[in-house]
Amino acid sequence: MAWQPCIGLEVHVELATESKMFCGCRNEFAAPPNSLCCPVCLGLPGSLPVPNRKAVEYVIRTGLALNCQVAETCRFARKNYFYPDLAKNFQISQYDEPLTYGGYIEFVADGEPVRIRIRRAHLEEDTGKNIHLPDGRSLVDYNRCGVPLMEIVTEPDFTTAEQCRVYLLELRSLLRYLEVSEANMEEGQLRAEPTVNLINSQTGQRTPKVEIKNLASIKAVHDAVQYEINRQLHAVEHGEEMFQETRRWNQQRGITTVMRRKETADDYMYFPEPDLPPLSPDPQWVAQIRASLPELPQQRRARFISQYGLPQYDAEVLTASKSTADYFEAVAAACADAKAASNWVMGDVQAYLNEHNLDITSFPLEPQRLAGLINLINEGVISSKIAKQVFPEMIATSRTAEQVVEEKGLKQIDDAGQLEAVIQEAIAANPKAVEDFKNGKQKALGALVGFVMRQTKGQANPQLVNQMLRQKLGA
Amino acid sequence: MPAITPEEVRHVAMLAHLDLSAEELDRIGVELNRILEYFAQLQKIDTEDVPVTSHAIPMTNVFREDEVQASLPVDEVIANAPDGVDEFFRVPRIIEE
Repeated sequence: MAWQPCIGLEVHVELATESKMFCGCRNEFAAPPNSLCCPVCLGLPGSLPVPNRKAVEYVIRTGLALNCQVAETCRFARKNYFYPDLAKNFQISQYDEPLTYGGYIEFVADGEPVRIRIRRAHLEEDTGKNIHLPDGRSLVDYNRCGVPLMEIVTEPDFTTAEQCRVYLLELRSLLRYLEVSEANMEEGQLRAEPTVNLINSQTGQRTPKVEIKNLASIKAVHDAVQYEINRQLHAVEHGEEMFQETRRWNQQRGITTVMRRKETADDYMYFPEPDLPPLSPDPQWVAQIRASLPELPQQRRARFISQYGLPQYDAEVLTASKSTADYFEAVAAACADAKAASNWVMGDVQAYLNEHNLDITSFPLEPQRLAGLINLINEGVISSKIAKQVFPEMIATSRTAEQVVEEKGLKQIDDAGQLEAVIQEAIAANPKAVEDFKNGKQKALGALVGFVMRQTKGQANPQLVNQMLRQKLGA
Repeated sequence: MPAITPEEVRHVAMLAHLDLSAEELDRIGVELNRILEYFAQLQKIDTEDVPVTSHAIPMTNVFREDEVQASLPVDEVIANAPDGVDEFFRVPRIIEE
């Protein structure tokens, strides 16, 4: 194919500081409208913005994790435009001197290693929210105005929609590990705007760049990019006229539609923000931030494979969120069976969290108690089937696995003497299965084992039952 | 210094959301050129070894700690708005450029 997709991603991240970027108003998602505003974020005359040190630190932290350089010195800039989502008629942003720049991120997508260059990660302020009224007017809520916002821009290195999807998953995971943002796309804490065009690998010819907006999930980004690649391929093949434009993703119809055409380049009249002196991050401070970086998802994934012998898949699922990885490690440490710990965390624990819409940090079963349950299985005290009954009981009662097993009398029956009668009963009640088995149909034994397990409410040791039945039937 | 062209005056007026008559555009063009000529005197100064200056005060790294301060009561937030509904600002139709 002569035409290759060429995709860049611009991602905005709301930083999880306590207060806003340039004033002390609380940085909070769901407060009553305009209850988190002051003269600074409203842009009232005579007010003076002062940068939040934590927000600067968070951008440096992210920049370092993305292998970026930290600027020796940089400035804020005014981006001027008229739109009521900003009370000041300008946004404080960064222009030609970003705080961090020139990094990269590596991951695997479509089964291939990918390296995407990071052009910059800079700091700016978020805008307010408009609610459009049926009569055409709009209501404005400035609570979000002035919230610290990090902008991460890649070079146009992506060539597939899948790469974009994996990048966003990796980035989200990274931001959460760094504890700089909750990074929930649904709450607008992470927003992605892809720019898509095609380049002809033979002639070097390029199609006009199309920016896509209104993407509320990682899946939407993937689908919109895929749609846009196909739309542009179709257009070049059929010689249709193409424009540099902004298109909106229509989730219901699964298509992009024109939002606005760009006849001229945007003219934001950028100039250095006179109210804010330049930033020159102290190299010692930067070194401290670098030294305080946590183990990052990719490193942790590799360690889970080498230290615990987990399959790649388990390592990926468990490390996607830091709190899940922490929980798993606590369970694994307390039960010394990492694979079992992994199975429980990815299986029953995750199912419970999904069902109750909980985060693992508020999961009522502590890692030590879950480890206790795994130990009982491994020691042969209960079967894994019984464990599935013990598990919800432990969540509901905050008792240990031993206590639940004791109270409910769920101990595994390991004594052949105790099983003798029910084994006889199984043979007497299932003449057909017995006959089939004797005729060489191995599977028929399953019916007999099942009978015994039912009679003992799942408490019989299945291996022992198997063994005893085979003995009785002379196999 | 090259004079500011009528096109540039129109462009700047457009960016500033100013709707100017032809006569006003002419007059402002003349005035802007006069201002630019005045500033052009600065061009005569030798700035060969002077780094580009954006701030006259030699200060860097002015920070505040990440601490929450009280916000304004919502009625004071809305007080100066030409139009407000409940606790919202209300603005005329926003036209996408």
